[in-house]
Amino acid sequence: MTTTPAQVRLSPAQRPARRRTPLTWVRGGGPATLLFLLPMLVIFGVFSWGPIVESVVMSVQHTNFVTAPTFVGLDNFVALFRDPLVPIAVRNTGYFALLALIFGYPIPLVVAVLMSEVRRARGLFSALAYLPVVVPPVVSVLLWKVFFDASSHGLFNTILSWVGIGPQPWIQSAATAMPSIVLEATWAAAGSTVIIYLAALTGVPPELYDAAEVDGAGIWQKIWHVTLPQLRPVLLVTFILQIIGTAQVFLEPFLLTFGGPANSTLTILQLIFRYAFQNSIGLDYGKATALSILLALFLALFSVVYFRLTKAWSDN
Amino acid sequence: MTAATLRPRTARKRERADSDRGIASLSDWRRPTVRFGMSTVHFILLILLILWGIGPLLWLLKSAITPTQDTLQTPIAVFPHGWDWNNVTTAWNTVGIGVQFLNTIWVAVGSWFVQLLVATTAGYALAVLRPKYAPIFNGLVLATLFVPAVVLLVPLYITVLHPPLIGHSLIDTFWAVWLPAGANAFNILLVTRFFNNLPREIFEAARTDGAGPFRLFWSIVLPMSRPILGVVSVFAIINAWKDYLWPRLVLTDPAVQPLSVRLPNIQSQTDLGVFLAALAISMIIPIVLFLVFQRLFLRSAGLGGAVKG
Repeated sequence: MTTTPAQVRLSPAQRPARRRTPLTWVRGGGPATLLFLLPMLVIFGVFSWGPIVESVVMSVQHTNFVTAPTFVGLDNFVALFRDPLVPIAVRNTGYFALLALIFGYPIPLVVAVLMSEVRRARGLFSALAYLPVVVPPVVSVLLWKVFFDASSHGLFNTILSWVGIGPQPWIQSAATAMPSIVLEATWAAAGSTVIIYLAALTGVPPELYDAAEVDGAGIWQKIWHVTLPQLRPVLLVTFILQIIGTAQVFLEPFLLTFGGPANSTLTILQLIFRYAFQNSIGLDYGKATALSILLALFLALFSVVYFRLTKAWSDN
Repeated sequence: MTAATLRPRTARKRERADSDRGIASLSDWRRPTVRFGMSTVHFILLILLILWGIGPLLWLLKSAITPTQDTLQTPIAVFPHGWDWNNVTTAWNTVGIGVQFLNTIWVAVGSWFVQLLVATTAGYALAVLRPKYAPIFNGLVLATLFVPAVVLLVPLYITVLHPPLIGHSLIDTFWAVWLPAGANAFNILLVTRFFNNLPREIFEAARTDGAGPFRLFWSIVLPMSRPILGVVSVFAIINAWKDYLWPRLVLTDPAVQPLSVRLPNIQSQTDLGVFLAALAISMIIPIVLFLVFQRLFLRSAGLGGAVKG
């Protein structure tokens, strides 16, 4: 995909060797090339590469913009390990990721497999599944906040009363807040997973099913021995992407519960946000960047280990 | 993906028809049990998808024009005491959602332009002009894909607070959202890949006919890249509409805030019916865009997974 024969033939290294002087560089269009690269160099330099380096520097500094930044070594990291909120946030984020996997990983797969068998109006099915993804997340979160109304007139509580279940506290109790948030997050995100699986399902070569039938396989055997193994690479990738995504969950708990009740939905990203922008004692950019770097390192390490462990499994 | 986008529509349809079989074979479909079972399952699935996908949105549209007391007391009932169109006008005029609506469009258009400018020029330089040092920049851009957005949050905020060379803060200007949006490695990856697959014979021919690098970019490469520019544009506009945390940090003045930032702030002091009308107004443009460009959206959705990381 990336290397076409034409590309190999024309790569600059294989052009007839000529002595490179500044003049040949100008004649060969060097300045024009640089001019085209300029927007990227400026934008990425200032808003991506620069801040990445900056975050590493800031994590070993004491910075609050009131006083000049001072080098403090690993003090920020030590402070994190002493902060009782950090283990709470880590546990909550892990809980969110786990629930999001339970709600959001198998159901889209089942839906996608069923949808791939639809012969008429498949576009309608896909559009319906994907529609919640298009709704701006803030709108869906605030809409669900209304659904989660804990009074007996609340929308969800009204529906529950039809089947004889009493009103639930939803996002207002520490026990049910996180599952409620995951329910909303799953509604908002499941459609894109369904579409990813559906694209992978249409890519399964039909000959494989033909061959399985020759061997006498029924529908369930075809799903188990052909469909799922063919989806394995996609399943492996969506798994790790979901972990990386859920580890950085912010919007849903921030707007639905603001981390409460009693810090039961305080996630790592909300804690970073608090350190940096909401701290009543004073802004602590160093601690915030230290925590974000730890999170990034954890995710990088997790991904590497994950791909190592699943390599043998995904190759065949 | 890029190959699929390039292919004309008719060819794709024909190809689908040839391989139009799924897990169940045609002979499976002829068996009455399979046929009946599948149809039942698909019917149930359709009902569930309607409830899941469009139910909450229809409820929002209904409640946006329902008197607040009805929504509070009987949320499921459909217009038990008539409707209340005043919700919509109050949300737009009195609450002033109209201002944030225009701001959102400004944010989206500006981010779209910056992203397209950066992605196409960089893609052109790296994939078509191909200087010797191109792999270095390719690598540097790719590397940023592996850095979670959260790492950038604080230093990026400080950069916008004290930008280099300009000398004054970008906070509360649209530039604070537009410029960082351009640093999108995923766009550059998509565009570079697409440009790499364009036939280089055409570039050589254009050069022989005397086209300079700028002419080649504007008259040959860009017109050939409409499919990928469409994908990048959809992502750019939808993401601008979706974004919350970053605009919340850098746009603190309601006069420049987009809808996503303003809505949570007005919730507590706004009448529920009016607030729901404001929510409904906020989702209209993304949903209309989706309904119009459905194919483009669903085809890009497969790529969407990669954006999250």
